[in-house]
Amino acid sequence: MTCSTSFSRRNFVTAGIAAFAGAALSAPALALTTAQAERLIQNLVADINKVINSGGSENAMIREFEGIFQRYADVERIARFTLGADARAASSGQIRAYNKAFAGYISRKYGRRFREFIGGEITVISAKSVKSFVEVRAEALLSGERPFDVTFRVNDNALFADMLIEGISLARTEKTEIGALLDRRNSNLDQLTRDLSSL
Amino acid sequence: MRFAKILKNTVLRCFALCAIGALAACSVPQTPVEIHDPFENTNRKIHGFNKSVDRALFRPVSNGYGTILPQTVRTGVGNFAANLSLPSQFVNTLLQGDIDGAARNFFRFAMNTTLGLGGLLDPATEAGLEQERADFGETLATWGAPEGAYIELPLLGASTQRETLGKVVDLFTNPLSYDLDSPENLVPPVAGGLARLGDRYTFSGVIDQVLYESADSYAQARSIYLQSRRFELGTPVASPESTTEDTYDDLFN
Repeated sequence: MTCSTSFSRRNFVTAGIAAFAGAALSAPALALTTAQAERLIQNLVADINKVINSGGSENAMIREFEGIFQRYADVERIARFTLGADARAASSGQIRAYNKAFAGYISRKYGRRFREFIGGEITVISAKSVKSFVEVRAEALLSGERPFDVTFRVNDNALFADMLIEGISLARTEKTEIGALLDRRNSNLDQLTRDLSSL
Repeated sequence: MRFAKILKNTVLRCFALCAIGALAACSVPQTPVEIHDPFENTNRKIHGFNKSVDRALFRPVSNGYGTILPQTVRTGVGNFAANLSLPSQFVNTLLQGDIDGAARNFFRFAMNTTLGLGGLLDPATEAGLEQERADFGETLATWGAPEGAYIELPLLGASTQRETLGKVVDLFTNPLSYDLDSPENLVPPVAGGLARLGDRYTFSGVIDQVLYESADSYAQARSIYLQSRRFELGTPVASPESTTEDTYDDLFN
């Protein structure tokens, strides 16, 4: 998938992403360069650091994190991955509805997670190209704790499609969770889509 | 004195041998997979038990522990317990042929035990001597032992066959566990237990989310444990031949 289709689909949600899209589009190749991926995560980390040191109320911060997550994560790809084989039987309409519900669910959940970073700082350490993605390693430094590893895997949509905290993958963890939620609903995707908004 | 040392070495060697023997009994999947869990039914029962113990005992006690004691005291207890485990970590780094790590653990123990007031403080880390975490499960992995099947242990939680064996052997890799007389020999396990309470409190957000908010806490804990342990050991999540990896690549293509 090229950068242009992905960005027109997202309708240039924010000025920040539009600026980045400009940089990405000017590159002739489809492949994302290491430098572009690193810049994306630099921006993401700067946004996170701003929020965790803003001193705002907890609810305000969670809202900010939700916005950050929507802006930088390839929520659609992650959504499709979490459905696994169940996606094949679904209609495109069902998938679209699910993607939307999943985006809200995951932004809320990981927005809340970021709360634990309050008062800390994340720094980008390195970026390298691995197989089909660029892996950007960062380190989170929280007061009174050993620094820990936060890795972002950036895809050719110039968005991160997985975030790993000390090796624990958001995408894999959510695939397990969504799989279990579907099992409980006898693989009824519409039911899951409805229920996700309250999870 | 010399005799005691020889005896210890023999005991250690014996355990290493038994470990290798027991590993031969490890369950290895036919094809590489992300999760190998042939004992899932039993594991799930143990998981249910562990969860009820957590709900009734571990979580409330750790909450009390965390609320009553200030963070500096909890950090001190954590440091103290970590320091007591350093001799075992030293032995394991040596067994792994990691001379640099062994040297660091040796000097950490010397420094934190003296300047760090018996291990309550951690001046070694401030001096740039980072801990090289090592246990016998990792040593077995370094020696090429397979991970084996996933197992959930009563009270101790998520593990694998290889890690469980490692835990048993580590009861013996720490010279402190048999050099101390009664009642001093109670100090390391008690400190370890308190440190676990502290960890349960510090990470209560994540732990509660996994145990009480996820749709299938067993599957979630299993996935998180395996990912995190493989990350620590530097082994891939699943081998490239594994079919689940194909769908993971869809995230990027």
